[in-house]
Amino acid sequence: MSEPTPQDQPQLELAPSARSWSVLTSSPQETEAWGGRLAPLLEAGDVLAFRGDLGAGKTTLVRGLARALGAKESVSSPTFVLMHIYEGRLPLYHFDAYRLHDSSDLYNIGAEEYIGTEGIACLEWSERVESLLPPQTLYLELSYLSPQEPQGRRLTFSGPSARAQALIEELRHDP
Amino acid sequence: MYIAHPPFKPRYILGLESSCDETSVAILADGERVLANLISSQIPLHSRYGGVVPEVACRAHLEVLNPLLAEALERAQIGFHDLEAVAVTCGPGLVGAVLLGVAVAKTLAGTLDIPLIGVNHMEGHLFSALLEDRCLPLPLLCLLVSGGHTLLCLVERWGEYRVLGSTRDDAAGEAFDKVSKALGLGYPGGPKIQELAQKGDPQAVRFSRPMLNEGFDFSFSGLKTAVLLHLQSPQRVSDPDLCASFQEAVVDVLATKALRAARQFGVKSLALAGGVAANKALRQRLAAGAQRLNLPFVCPQLDLCTDNAVMIAKAGWELASRGWVSPLTLDAKPNLELARSPEAGA
Repeated sequence: MSEPTPQDQPQLELAPSARSWSVLTSSPQETEAWGGRLAPLLEAGDVLAFRGDLGAGKTTLVRGLARALGAKESVSSPTFVLMHIYEGRLPLYHFDAYRLHDSSDLYNIGAEEYIGTEGIACLEWSERVESLLPPQTLYLELSYLSPQEPQGRRLTFSGPSARAQALIEELRHDP
Repeated sequence: MYIAHPPFKPRYILGLESSCDETSVAILADGERVLANLISSQIPLHSRYGGVVPEVACRAHLEVLNPLLAEALERAQIGFHDLEAVAVTCGPGLVGAVLLGVAVAKTLAGTLDIPLIGVNHMEGHLFSALLEDRCLPLPLLCLLVSGGHTLLCLVERWGEYRVLGSTRDDAAGEAFDKVSKALGLGYPGGPKIQELAQKGDPQAVRFSRPMLNEGFDFSFSGLKTAVLLHLQSPQRVSDPDLCASFQEAVVDVLATKALRAARQFGVKSLALAGGVAANKALRQRLAAGAQRLNLPFVCPQLDLCTDNAVMIAKAGWELASRGWVSPLTLDAKPNLELARSPEAGA
């Protein structure tokens, strides 16, 4: 088995002026609610890449997504088991690259069959498996605010593709 | 997953486990004597496999399964034809990894014409505690804690499980590993934190105990975050104090809920299993609590706490002895839950 070469990947369709968009949340519940707002906008093949320190709220955000998609099981961290599958309106494939060294580790568990295919793929610690992310990936970065606000987080949406930009626009204008 | 079969007690049963990182092969005699217990990451396979087994070994199951099988038979000093049953983890786990173990088990069962028994990985952990004491009175309450799972399970009849609670976010073992990594202590985190905790004051930092008196579900993500935030604070305590305080919080939550469930459901015995069952503070706390409630308490010997195939062979043996056997159409079930309907099997 070898990794796909960049030539295999479709050409990236760039949005005219790619931009990122940030929101602040003041509790895990608020972070989770952003997953709920994003869920109805998603389609099969969408890929969400999560970045952020331990405890920043990556799994919390995925939980909001899974719930809004109609998953009945409780969403827990896939750090050890590497992948969870949730069945809802669309299947949600929840990966975690925390314990992995690089893309080949994820490639070797067959992850490419789930990323950008018939469901929604969410990847935590996505910076470790960058080469497995398709062009349409929407990036979600979570960061801590100040020590005075231990519950507060900044959530930044970004991605150069037309698809990521369209999702960001929809989120911005979502009442 | 199971078909009717007359109960039988295989003299030699082979166990295969490949649900996540570890590939493991074991041979058990008479349901209690471990003749071989091989775990890919723990034994030098260089001669047969020709390489170092990676830390996250899920990709290596295919390469190591055959050499492990050959080595296990050699250590047990038996041949393929001496095997009377084969037990295999059929879930939960990574689909590719589980599939491979199931395919090997089906091939062996078909070729050797011996019964196949599919085992739930979590059920395997539960039965690992029974290698210590086979005559536990039911109902039994079992706390299963590992890197990937945290659950409280009520066993009213063997082979039937009721999950009372599980983790809503991080597993207990995962919290140990992430805190250990944040402190620069390395992997696996459980033993490292335990070692430092022995030199620290468990009351140094009073971390909150989420949902302590509320239901039987667990949550460890908030505790992990609280420890990480503490590392940044000016009042940061020494690493041993921090480890001791963190461990105390985890043990407190796990033991409090397990003992409350034991009282509420009127169980007659208590068991602890899974990788975190190797934690001494947790073992002691549960043992003391069980003693107060006058309940027999079991936990696996230390080397059988983490993922291994002995527990799968043991579970397979116990299931076979109760007439639970799987058809050769057995499938890998990555999302398999710990529950079984009473109508199947004897």
